Amino acid sequence: MNLDLRIPMGLMFTLVGLILTVYGLVTRGSDIYLKSMGINANLDWGIVLLIFGSMMFLLGRAGQKKVDSAPPKPVAEGEIRRGH
Amino acid sequence: MTHTNLTFVDWLIMLLYFVFVLGIGFALKRYMKTSKDFFQAGRALPAWICGLAFISANLGAQEVIGMGASGAKYGIATSHFYWIGAIPAMIFVGIFMMPFYYGSKARSVPEFLRLRFDEKTRALNACSFAVMTVFSSGISMYAMARLIQTLHVFDYLFISAGLPLGYIFHFSILLSAIIVLGYIFLGGLTSAIYNEVLQFFLIIAGFLPLVLIGLKNVGGWSGLKAHMPNPAYLHSWQGMTHANTNPLGVEVFGLAMGLGFVLSFGYWCTDFLVIQTAMATDTQENARRVPLIAAIPKMFFPFLVILPGLLAIGAVTPHNTTTVHTDASGAIVRETTVVSEVEAKGQGLVPAKTDPISGKIVLDASGKPLLDYDLAIPSMLLHYFPTGILGLGLTALLASFMSGMAGNVTAFNTVWTYDLYQSYIKKGASDKHYLAMGRWATVGGILLSMATAYAATGFNNIMDTLQLVFSFVNAPLFATFLLGMFWKRATGNGAFIGLISGTLAAVVHHGLTLPIEAHTGMHGGWIAVVHHYPSDMAQNFWTAIWAFSTNFVVTIVVSLFGTPKPESELVGLVHSLTPKPELGHLPWWRRPETLAVVLLVMVVTLNVIFR
Repeated sequence: MNLDLRIPMGLMFTLVGLILTVYGLVTRGSDIYLKSMGINANLDWGIVLLIFGSMMFLLGRAGQKKVDSAPPKPVAEGEIRRGH
Repeated sequence: MTHTNLTFVDWLIMLLYFVFVLGIGFALKRYMKTSKDFFQAGRALPAWICGLAFISANLGAQEVIGMGASGAKYGIATSHFYWIGAIPAMIFVGIFMMPFYYGSKARSVPEFLRLRFDEKTRALNACSFAVMTVFSSGISMYAMARLIQTLHVFDYLFISAGLPLGYIFHFSILLSAIIVLGYIFLGGLTSAIYNEVLQFFLIIAGFLPLVLIGLKNVGGWSGLKAHMPNPAYLHSWQGMTHANTNPLGVEVFGLAMGLGFVLSFGYWCTDFLVIQTAMATDTQENARRVPLIAAIPKMFFPFLVILPGLLAIGAVTPHNTTTVHTDASGAIVRETTVVSEVEAKGQGLVPAKTDPISGKIVLDASGKPLLDYDLAIPSMLLHYFPTGILGLGLTALLASFMSGMAGNVTAFNTVWTYDLYQSYIKKGASDKHYLAMGRWATVGGILLSMATAYAATGFNNIMDTLQLVFSFVNAPLFATFLLGMFWKRATGNGAFIGLISGTLAAVVHHGLTLPIEAHTGMHGGWIAVVHHYPSDMAQNFWTAIWAFSTNFVVTIVVSLFGTPKPESELVGLVHSLTPKPELGHLPWWRRPETLAVVLLVMVVTLNVIFR
C-alpha cells in the first residue's frame, strides 16, 4: 500500500494538539478548569498530542521517502503525501 | 445527566476527525483496483498496523462502554475479560492457528472451512457469521445514537437550526451510517484497518487524561482503595473459588473453562472480524505476529477502559451544594448548585437508571434505585473534562463505535461476496464484478445494521447481549476449528452435524436454565427451569461450555463413522500434515514464539499483582 498511515494520522493529532494548545492558552485561568481540578487539561494534553502527532508525521514522511525509489519532490507544509 | 456545555472547539475536533476519516478513504480509493485490494487490503500492510487494528476491531461499543460499565459493577474482576479472556487465545491464534489461515490461501474464515471440510460447513458458518456481523454493527450503531442523545451532544446544534430534538437519534444513526459507508465503500478493508488504528490512538488520547484526572480526584490508588463499595473491588481473584463469594457470580472453573477457553478461543481464534486484520499482512511471519503485537496493548487496556468505571463508582456522589462567598462589592452571595435526581440517586458518578418511556427512576425489588452502569464512562467524561478536551473524549467514543461497526461491515462484505455470492449465486464472474459487489454489499450491510439498530432493545447491559449471541454461534465453532486443524480424521459431515448440535445445545441450555432473580424469557428458562445460576455471566459461560463440549463429542463420533479426506488434500490445513513454519533466518529473539513467552510472563505478573 502506498499511503503510509502515519502521515494522515500524525497530521490529525498535530492539528488536534494545536487546537487544544491554542484554546488552552486563550482560556488560561478560566473557570472551565474547575471541572478538571484546576488542571489546564487543554494546554497540557494539547502539547502532548502536538509532540506525538508531529513525531508520527515525521516518521511517516521518513518511511514514505524510503519506500519511494525516485527522489521525492518537495511537499508543501500541511499537505498529505500520497505516494504515486 | 449533567448539562453538556459543548462549544465550537469540541465540534471542531469532531469535524476534524470526520474529515480525516473520509479523507483516508478518498486517498485509498485509487489503490482499490482488484477485489484483493478491497477485501484483503492487497495483503500488503505492515504488522504493527494490523496488530493495532486487530484489537481495535473488537474495541467497539462492547469494550469501551461495556467494560467501563462492568468495571463500575464488578470492579477489577472485569479484567478477566482481558487477562484470561483474551491474551491466551490471542497467543494461541498467533502461534498455532495463523499458519493455517494465512498459509492455506483462504480469503476468509468460512473459506478455510470449505478447504478443510466441505461446502455445507462453509455455508452454515458464512450465513451465521453474516447475520452476527450485521447484528453487532447494528448494536454499535444503536448504542452510539442513544449515547449521543443522552449526552446531548448535538442538542445545541439542533436547537440553533430549529429542528426538533427527537430527530437526534435518527440523525446520529444516519451520520454514522454515512461515514462508515463512505470510507469502506472507498477504501475497503485498508480503510477500515487504518481507521481502526486511528481510533486506537484516539481512545488513548481521549481516555488517558481522564484516568489521570480521575485518579487525582480520588487521591491516587490508595484513595481509590478507600472509596470502593467493598474491598474485593480491587482484587481480581478474591472469592473466585465459589460463585457466591465474588462479584461476577462465577466460580473458577466456569471462568477458566467458559470465558478463558471456550468463549475467548471461540472469538479470537475463529471470528473473521479480527482474523481478517491479521490476514491483511504481507507475510506469514507477520500474520503470526499480528495477534501477539495486539496482545501487548490489550493487556494494559483494563487501565484505560475498566479503571474509569472504578473511578466513577469511587467518586463523590453529586449532591446539592450551596457556596457562600462575598463578591467585590461586599455583598454576600449564595450560589446553589442543583443536581438532577438521577445523579443524586446514583452512586459516585454512575447515575440511577431511568425508564426510557416514563422517564422515572427504576427501582429494584428492595426499593433501591438501579444504576445505569453503561453511563459510567460518559459521566466521567462530562464530569472531569472541560470543553476542548471534552470534544476529544467524545470523538474517541464516537470513533470506537464507528470502527466497531466498520470491522463488522468489512467482514460482512467479504463473507457475503466470496462465500455466499461467488459460491452460490454467481460463479465465475470477472474480478471487477466482485469488486463492485463488495461495494454494494457494504451498502446492504449498512442498511441491515440500521434496521438492527432500530430493532435493538432488551438487555440493560450491551455486553450480556453480545455474549449471549457469541455463545450460541461462536462457542461451538472453536471445537470445529480445533478438531479441523489438529485431527486429520475429522470429516465434513462431522463438522457440520457437530456445529448444528453445538448451537442447538447452547439454545436448549439457555432455555432450561435461568439466572437467579431473572424472569423467564430473554434471560433463559423459556422451555422449563431445571437449574438456577448465580448470575447472567455464569449462565453464559456454562451455555458456552455445553455448546463446545457437544460439538466436540458429536464431531468426533460422526467423523469416526465416515471416511476422512485423503491426506494429500489436507496439506497446509492440518497440523500434522503441514511443514513447520520456516524460522531459521530469524534470530531467536525475533521469533513469534519468544514474544509469546514474554506475553505469558507479563499476563501472569499482572494477575499476581491484582490477585
